[in-house]
Amino acid sequence: MKLFVSEGNPHCLKVLAALEVTGVQCGVQTVSHEEKVVPFLSRPALPALLLPSGQYLFSSNAICRYFFEANGQECNNLCNQWLEWETTVLQPALLQTLHMAVLQGKGSEASKVLQSPLNVLDQSLSKGNMSYLTGEAVSVADVVLWGTLHPVLSDSPSASSEHESVRTWFDRVAALHSCQSAAQKVLQGKGLQAMKSYVQKQPAPPSSQCRDAQPCNSSPAESEEGERVVSEEEMEAAVNTWSKGLNSTSLAADKQHPILPQEGKRNVLVTSALPYVNNVPHLGNIIGCVLSADVFSRYGRLRGWNVLFVCGTDEYGTATENKAREEGLTPQQICDKYHAVHASIYKWFQIDFDFFGRTTTEKQTEIAQDIFWRLHQNEYLVEDTVEQLRCEKCQRFLADRFVEGMCPHCSYPEARGDQCDKCGRLINAVELREPQCKVCRQTPVIRSSKHLFLDLPKLESQLEQWLDKSTSSGDWTLNAKQITRSWIRDGLKPRCITRDLQWGTPVPHPDFREKVFYVWFDAPIGYLSITANYTKEWEKWWKNPHQVELYNFMAKDNVPFHSVVFPCSLLGAQDNYTLVNHLVATEYLNYEDTKFSKSRGVGVFGDMAKDTGIPSDVWRFYLLYVRPEGQDSAFSWADMALKNNSELLNNLGNFINRAGMFVTKFFEGCVPVMDLQREDKKLLALVGWELQQYIQLMDKVKIRDALKHILNISRHGNQYIQVNEPWKKIKEGDPERQRAGTVTGVSVNIACLLSVMLFPYMPAVSQTIRDQLNAPQSCIDTMLQGTGTFVCSLSAGHRIGTVSPLFQKLEADQIEALKKRFGGQQPEDEPSNKKKTLQNAANAQPAVAAAAAVGVKATTSGGVDPEKAKQLTKAVAEQGDKVRALKAQKAEKDVVAAEVSKLLDLKKQLALAEGKNPDPAPQKGKKK
Amino acid sequence: MALRELASLEKYLGLKKPNKYSTQGDKKIPVLQNNSPPLVGLVTIACHLVKESNHQELLGDTADSRAVVQQWLEYRLTRLDIYTKEDIKTVLKDLNLYLQDKVFLAGNHVTLADILIYYGLHPIIVDLAVQEKEEYVNVTRWFDHIQHHPGIRHHLPPVVVLRNRIYTSRHR
Repeated sequence: MKLFVSEGNPHCLKVLAALEVTGVQCGVQTVSHEEKVVPFLSRPALPALLLPSGQYLFSSNAICRYFFEANGQECNNLCNQWLEWETTVLQPALLQTLHMAVLQGKGSEASKVLQSPLNVLDQSLSKGNMSYLTGEAVSVADVVLWGTLHPVLSDSPSASSEHESVRTWFDRVAALHSCQSAAQKVLQGKGLQAMKSYVQKQPAPPSSQCRDAQPCNSSPAESEEGERVVSEEEMEAAVNTWSKGLNSTSLAADKQHPILPQEGKRNVLVTSALPYVNNVPHLGNIIGCVLSADVFSRYGRLRGWNVLFVCGTDEYGTATENKAREEGLTPQQICDKYHAVHASIYKWFQIDFDFFGRTTTEKQTEIAQDIFWRLHQNEYLVEDTVEQLRCEKCQRFLADRFVEGMCPHCSYPEARGDQCDKCGRLINAVELREPQCKVCRQTPVIRSSKHLFLDLPKLESQLEQWLDKSTSSGDWTLNAKQITRSWIRDGLKPRCITRDLQWGTPVPHPDFREKVFYVWFDAPIGYLSITANYTKEWEKWWKNPHQVELYNFMAKDNVPFHSVVFPCSLLGAQDNYTLVNHLVATEYLNYEDTKFSKSRGVGVFGDMAKDTGIPSDVWRFYLLYVRPEGQDSAFSWADMALKNNSELLNNLGNFINRAGMFVTKFFEGCVPVMDLQREDKKLLALVGWELQQYIQLMDKVKIRDALKHILNISRHGNQYIQVNEPWKKIKEGDPERQRAGTVTGVSVNIACLLSVMLFPYMPAVSQTIRDQLNAPQSCIDTMLQGTGTFVCSLSAGHRIGTVSPLFQKLEADQIEALKKRFGGQQPEDEPSNKKKTLQNAANAQPAVAAAAAVGVKATTSGGVDPEKAKQLTKAVAEQGDKVRALKAQKAEKDVVAAEVSKLLDLKKQLALAEGKNPDPAPQKGKKK
Repeated sequence: MALRELASLEKYLGLKKPNKYSTQGDKKIPVLQNNSPPLVGLVTIACHLVKESNHQELLGDTADSRAVVQQWLEYRLTRLDIYTKEDIKTVLKDLNLYLQDKVFLAGNHVTLADILIYYGLHPIIVDLAVQEKEEYVNVTRWFDHIQHHPGIRHHLPPVVVLRNRIYTSRHR
């Protein structure tokens, strides 16, 4: 038997003490924190005990328990209860305390975390009136709790000054010789600091995350990167660029349809996943494909690339047939109706398709059948027989969702053709007892039906070869690569490409008459057929891999069909098709911590966005700001209002408006003469650097990250104006007036640059800015060339137009009303919230303690007070504005800190009034 | 949730009359009321019920296996009741390696550790994709074994661990 311990590890205190108290014979070996002792755990876990049977114990309490049992002292109920409390309540609190005290130096805040558990312990000890926790003798519970509390109670008697009974009990246990020697061994008289290296290696305790912390939404723009140091060379280069002026030649001339690939240009074909026609798209669908693709193609055109952006509705399949039956229309009528709905939604969102088509066209049949025959000739199709249910009355084979019957496992009478809702088992439709056709209620018969399968295994090596090339040379998102890899790793199987339906592209093979192509085979061919409906020279895009670069935009659930299945169809067809070069997949966007759900009426759907009164550009901005790039993110009304008010209104809009207003008010609407000083040159270099970052990120389709650099530029601009105070200088003598002129001129030129960078994100606002500045059209063609060229596009004497504010504040009550209308607040016991709730629950206790400590009445059970919440929401917003204003003015640190702590207090009170757990960690700041 | 687990455990143990429970705090920690003083905590109560029912073997039949049972009961509380996405992966990976050469978590027969880890793991396994279930094949095998062990599953729906369908659901 052997016990492994490490120095400075607080968990080792109790095991060493337990070993000595019980007098069990066991070797002790000291190892480093990182030593992997237990073979099956991926993270090092110490202390660990190797049992005589060769098994390992890897938690300190189980080890202590074992020593005591070996000594004949078994745990009774009370003892078990203390150990469980120690594991679930005391240990997490203690680890958080150590984290704060040792790593962050916040001793006083840290001790607050322990208040609540210490209260519990104190009450219990004083009520029980016993020397030790479970009686008059030392038990494993005493040793374990002592070991946990030793790091905080041994040095500072004050930490438990209010807890008299705890102090008495603790001193009694600590006086045991075994405990003293264990403490000496582990901490070596160095106190808390002895644990530093151990604590550093532990993950940060979960309770430092607050309930509303959505890491993905924590504004990328607000992360401070510190002042960038600008070198002399950078400044000189920036000034050189600045004085170059605008390009005379116009690159991005008006689009001439049809757009076709051109020799010597970068020819970029952009597709967005085809939305399924029978549903109104929700915000998640919009950000996942069409909006992201729109931003990228707008950007590409600014870069001077030759871009074609196509999309359309995917219209064939069972779901459409179903919907048609429901609404008493023909499938074609359903498609016509919903195609129009989709088109109008995307129009409102300003999605600038070059062509928005549909899959139910002649071209689709022509191209799909051509690919089919090619696959057939090249022997990539195999035949197989499948047993299926057929309704003789309806004269058709029944898809899974058209059959109902009795579950063969649990006899539930309304089991579906694919799964039983009662027992959850998956069912093969032919296994159902007493099956019924859902349409006519007749009993279907089992018939075998011949189907065609795409022979993916035969194409696998070709596919892998192509994938290696495409993923290494193109910009595939990480999730796209991972999902694809896992598909390949699991091995490819033949996939059925035909179905017994009517609403689909007919299979041309005479042996498979009355069958149609299965949608997964058919739908991606829509990209080709939609392009063919746009131009008869479609093959110049789709059979031209040497001249054309293909970007596919989609949400991650669609990846395998674009990276494995569709490429296999095209590779097998052997007609020099253009295959995807860059596969861009987003994660999921949640709605206020839950999922979008049409049936529950939760979430915002495309057609409702315009009824909110919030402009399309603001919607675009916020969706792109929270674009699920790299991880899931969430749409939240409160966050949307916050970002609108802080980023658009106070940062971006404020800067652009001020710059324009100064020209209008102080210089009669004409851009003044600029005499660049060092400070101005430095700013030009800073702005130039942000522009370069923006271009680098956008080239890699990091749409959300690039947005942050736009906002950084206006932040720099605001500071620049704030420091130079042109509104004061204009009233002074000539040199000051000239300085005011330079600052105004540089600012208004930055505003012009911003209008160009904003164009992909907020096209209408971008145009408005240029109209207000009366900016020449050529500025659009100049700024985003090469690595980015920030030139002076509004030179001295240029007359600007009429300036007016760009954005409107979103008021708290307006947002509250919208939140209510779209079902923002989900009951906490909603299944989808379960995990979240568990996590919250874990945070609840320290949170209450923290709230109590700042003098807020902690009403944990249903203390919801809407009236108070409303007042507090307003107060929080006002205080937030105040803090931002102070920060923008670079006010004294102490002043800002004082206002920030007021803000945090208010937020906490608000959370309590809303019945949420208040943020227990006001330390979640930018500085360590 | 914990209360339903305890109710299922009572049935498994064959306890005649059901006990009275309540919960404590936001975490809904179970409290056994008809004990004086009331007992608090899932594992504490579960161990108590086992002792009451005279199925002591469920707590392990040797000192070593008793310790291992307690170890996994603690694991249930610390790793399965509070977790993040990253944690889940670690938990599954570790369990998968641990179960590589084992039929049960401790010793050679089913113990309370198997039962409570099964209950705690259920919501995680339900959410796994087919590929993940195959990735953690030892966990899946153990899980399937326990859910089919007579009398354990009770309040939980069975999870299908392997699926083989001709038609997969459509592509979006």
